[in-house]
Amino acid sequence: MLQPVELPDKIHVGTVIDESHSLASVSDKVGGIVLRRKITLGWVFGLLISFAVLQNLMAGATWLLIKGVGVWGINIPVGWGFAIINFVWWIGIGHAGTLISAILLLLNQSWRNAINRFAEAMTLFAVMCAGMFPVLHTGRPWLAYWLLPYPNTMGMWPQFRSPLLWDVFAVSTYLTISAVFWYVGLLPDLATLRDSAKGNTAKVVYGALSMGWRNSARHWQRYEKASLLLAGLATPLVVSVHTVVSFDFAVSIIPGWHTTIFPPYFVAGAIYSGFAMVLTLMIPVRKFYGLDDIITLRHLNNMAKVTLATALIVAYGYTFEAFFGYFSADTYEKFMIWNRMTGPYAAFYWALILCNIITPQFLWSKKIRTSPGILWIISIIVNIGMWLERFVIVVTSLHRDFLPSSWGIYWPTIWDWAVYTGTLGLFMTLIFLFVRVLPMITIFELRMLLPGARVKEPAAQ
Amino acid sequence: MSVHTSEERLYGLMAEFETPGELVLAARKTRLAGFRKFDAYTPYPIHELDDAMDLHDNRVAKYTLIGGLLGCIGGFSLASWVSAVAWPLNIGGRPLISIPMFIPVTFECTILIGGLTAAISMILMNGLPSPYHPVFNVERFVNASRSKFFLCIECADDQFDRKNTEEFLLSLHPEEVAEVAQ
Repeated sequence: MLQPVELPDKIHVGTVIDESHSLASVSDKVGGIVLRRKITLGWVFGLLISFAVLQNLMAGATWLLIKGVGVWGINIPVGWGFAIINFVWWIGIGHAGTLISAILLLLNQSWRNAINRFAEAMTLFAVMCAGMFPVLHTGRPWLAYWLLPYPNTMGMWPQFRSPLLWDVFAVSTYLTISAVFWYVGLLPDLATLRDSAKGNTAKVVYGALSMGWRNSARHWQRYEKASLLLAGLATPLVVSVHTVVSFDFAVSIIPGWHTTIFPPYFVAGAIYSGFAMVLTLMIPVRKFYGLDDIITLRHLNNMAKVTLATALIVAYGYTFEAFFGYFSADTYEKFMIWNRMTGPYAAFYWALILCNIITPQFLWSKKIRTSPGILWIISIIVNIGMWLERFVIVVTSLHRDFLPSSWGIYWPTIWDWAVYTGTLGLFMTLIFLFVRVLPMITIFELRMLLPGARVKEPAAQ
Repeated sequence: MSVHTSEERLYGLMAEFETPGELVLAARKTRLAGFRKFDAYTPYPIHELDDAMDLHDNRVAKYTLIGGLLGCIGGFSLASWVSAVAWPLNIGGRPLISIPMFIPVTFECTILIGGLTAAISMILMNGLPSPYHPVFNVERFVNASRSKFFLCIECADDQFDRKNTEEFLLSLHPEEVAEVAQ
């Protein structure tokens, strides 16, 4: 277990958990949010707004199914548009959850214990939102099962050499394993809720969900093994998912996409946007649910550091994209990067540089890293910046490729915006429901952080 | 402790401890005393118990390895069979089994089957789902998922003797010893 480290600086970021907590008090505090806390007006208001925004998705998808993908702004040459931009954006956001739950577990970073459950939930919801876009983009989502290899009367099979098929395998594996990992992590906490629930409905529901988990040491031993194995498997998985997503671009021959830097640069960008989203969600949750003794300034400080580190990797990616364009001596590559910086979408490009490279530089200051309000604003700017990045990558490469006679321009329509904002509504609705029906912090792992949890055997009697 | 449960209706005797240290010591003594059918119940995993209770079940790892390998072979075979047998496409004479292009699918299948095996084998080997278990009959046992530590010696143990086992548990200085009804 990680001991709290005293930092020499003037600003004290504190420990990973307020040490006045006891085994019972953390259980009651986190479980109490689900079981005891009254439904507040703020929560109802937030849920209603999110649910109202979710209706955009309903309207957007319905109109899309009636009329076809022509209601979107996509055209030839820009056939991908919002669907792929938002798909990549959402998948990227999901990556922080797996990073926190799997990679930081293997690295024995105990500060992850307070934020992993929430981040994993965010991953699941983000992947659900992401998955919707390619399926709607096919135009006939009711035939989405054609993406899977199965024996059929047409005698047709999917193309296993296509990155788009790799995406099907990568994203569905990612969703499945994230859900399994999340549920395995929930088992002991569901048992806690079952045991401290007062009402019969809660007892039965949490009891059934916990599968009768009884905290047996023989169970814990296998449980810990399985968790570690799942973490070990999820770690290469999370890296592979955004690598495969970047292959959608890099395996093609479009200028600006056909580069070997794409996989690492996409993975770093994914973690960058994911951590920004975790900050965007956790800072208000921590405030409204009074969790600053569990999600301490130390957590915010650490997350801000990861954000800054990945921002620098992303900045390196942008720099080398521009340099490769110039250094390739290839007319189309050179034109692509010049067009990106000065063409019709130049404003997007410079806005993304401002959001993704300039803004995170404030995170060098420890004072800012430990000021929740400013950190929250920076995290929102980064989210916007990462969305702009995907817009710039998708649109600027496609809209002016090799042949000037086939150039075009792309602008999203109101139906693009409806579907996109609708998924934001879906995401927020799921988050609002999640914080009230499941423990948003892994209770049993919090207990392990407490000083009283360490084993001190009494002298032999 | 008052004796009021008949011998046939008894599942075991349960001692409650205040700290993890006391529990680990008690578990070690219980094992050294020759008991085998006993279990500890703790609100979070305690690694010291693995040695104290001699818990070294490695089957989850073995099954996960087997699952992962099956996923790996399965994924690669699927891609190869589809591309070379079921739907061969001759594109400029390129090889039908194009190994580098099959790696992403092979990899994802390895992770998928390996991960599912890890979770499912853990749950099944733990005997879950099990909606009923005698230990839940002890009133204070709800604290096992909150803040307290329990040790239960089962009647099924060869060495179990109502009176002697109770005395043995009391010698471990528990907070309380309770009967566990069947």
